[in-house]
Amino acid sequence: MTAPTVVLDKVSLSLGGRQLFSGFSLVFDGGRTTCILGPSGCGKSTLLRLVAGIGPRPERGRVEFCGGGGPCAWMGQEDMLLPWLSLHDNLLLGVTLRGERDQAAEQRARTLLARAGLAEFGDLLPARLSGGMRQRGALLRTLLEDRPVVLMDEPFSALDALTRLRLQDLAAGLVGGRTVLLVTHDPLEALRLADAIVVLAGSPAAVVARLEPPGRPPRAVGEKEMGPLHGHLLSLLMDGGRP
Amino acid sequence: MMWRGMVAILVLVLAWQLAVTLAAPPPYILPGPLPVLRAMVVHFPQLLSHLAVTALEIVIGIVAGVLVGAACAVAMIASKVARSWLQPLLVISQALPVFALAPLLVLWFGYGLGSKIAMAMLIIFFPVAASFYHGMGRVPPQLLDLARLMGGGRLAVLRRIVIPWGLPAFASGVRMAAAVAPIGAVVGEWVGASRGLGYYMLHANGRMQIAEMFAALTLLLLLSLFLWFAVDRLMRRLVFWEPVTPRRDP
Repeated sequence: MTAPTVVLDKVSLSLGGRQLFSGFSLVFDGGRTTCILGPSGCGKSTLLRLVAGIGPRPERGRVEFCGGGGPCAWMGQEDMLLPWLSLHDNLLLGVTLRGERDQAAEQRARTLLARAGLAEFGDLLPARLSGGMRQRGALLRTLLEDRPVVLMDEPFSALDALTRLRLQDLAAGLVGGRTVLLVTHDPLEALRLADAIVVLAGSPAAVVARLEPPGRPPRAVGEKEMGPLHGHLLSLLMDGGRP
Repeated sequence: MMWRGMVAILVLVLAWQLAVTLAAPPPYILPGPLPVLRAMVVHFPQLLSHLAVTALEIVIGIVAGVLVGAACAVAMIASKVARSWLQPLLVISQALPVFALAPLLVLWFGYGLGSKIAMAMLIIFFPVAASFYHGMGRVPPQLLDLARLMGGGRLAVLRRIVIPWGLPAFASGVRMAAAVAPIGAVVGEWVGASRGLGYYMLHANGRMQIAEMFAALTLLLLLSLFLWFAVDRLMRRLVFWEPVTPRRDP
């Protein structure tokens, strides 16, 4: 699987009479995790939808996948598990919809469930699972798609702090080698998971900061380099991205 | 739940007896529970054969109404063209007073089962179609986006996501249908029939045999209750993932 570089080239888009992007260009390196931070309403989620091809089409410019591509895997804030399917069957939603469900896919689902510590919960309906387990299920469903590009829109924001940390570790371990774009409000989450962090702000949106934290994700919460970077990111967000 | 229902029925019967004892109306206006029970025992074989006819009309009416209603709802959600044609028809089917149509239905479908089934169907069709259609329309757009990204075709998404998503609403529609279906069948029998509990009630009323009429009415009530509980049980099985009672009070 080759993880492509995702390129947004001079993209312009307005929504509801508001110019969200105007000649916006950005490159997301292939095989790396890029976290997108920014104040509410600056267009982070729209950016992700543009890349996925499920949002409005750009008025000008284009989104390109260099060196591979195809459909992306998506994970949102809500788990979107189907309440009538067992956790195991929810993982296999994609292959079921495409009519590609086979023994190999079943085995892959079982392996993923075991890796996430959910092997014994595979037969349960989502209503019987905790919020953390459901979100783990959503993460595994995303990974079972085995796509080179993974788009995550605030995937852990609805979880309590401890569950979020655990899930971040699990995600970092499982998405390795893919091109991951992760939108988050939480600078700490970005620092733990990102190879690169992009801060967006303004209207139309612009990149006001791009940084690469030292070390490999997932980084421990207590790492001493994290403190100043966390402060820096927070001040950027507090200023609405003003440099 | 069951014992509460029994207690409610017992209280109603006692209130009935009390009203008869206190007001002492003539038996051709309001007979007491005991004469009604006596009439039921005496005329049981006759009542049973009429009950079977009405039950058959209601069951066939429910099955046909549910099938047609569900098919309409699926067609409307799946195709814009079907929606634009069927939506006005759906509204018209409710705007027309179904009871006023009863004589016409008897004229078209005859005195037998056909006209009663058509009446029950007309009454049932709307709640089933409307609730199922709205239920399927409430699939979260994020879920549809996810399914699209996963490469699901229209038919697969309809079958695996949209239809199951609408099933709880469909179940509510079917429950409502089961509650109103007997009305359709009985009104149909009143307008023109030679068998059925509705016919029996009308006939008994004409002969001033009010206790017999009440006996038929009681049987009709029991039949309606039985049908509703049977349908409710079936719907709970169909929508096995929904909690039996609402999660919290409003």
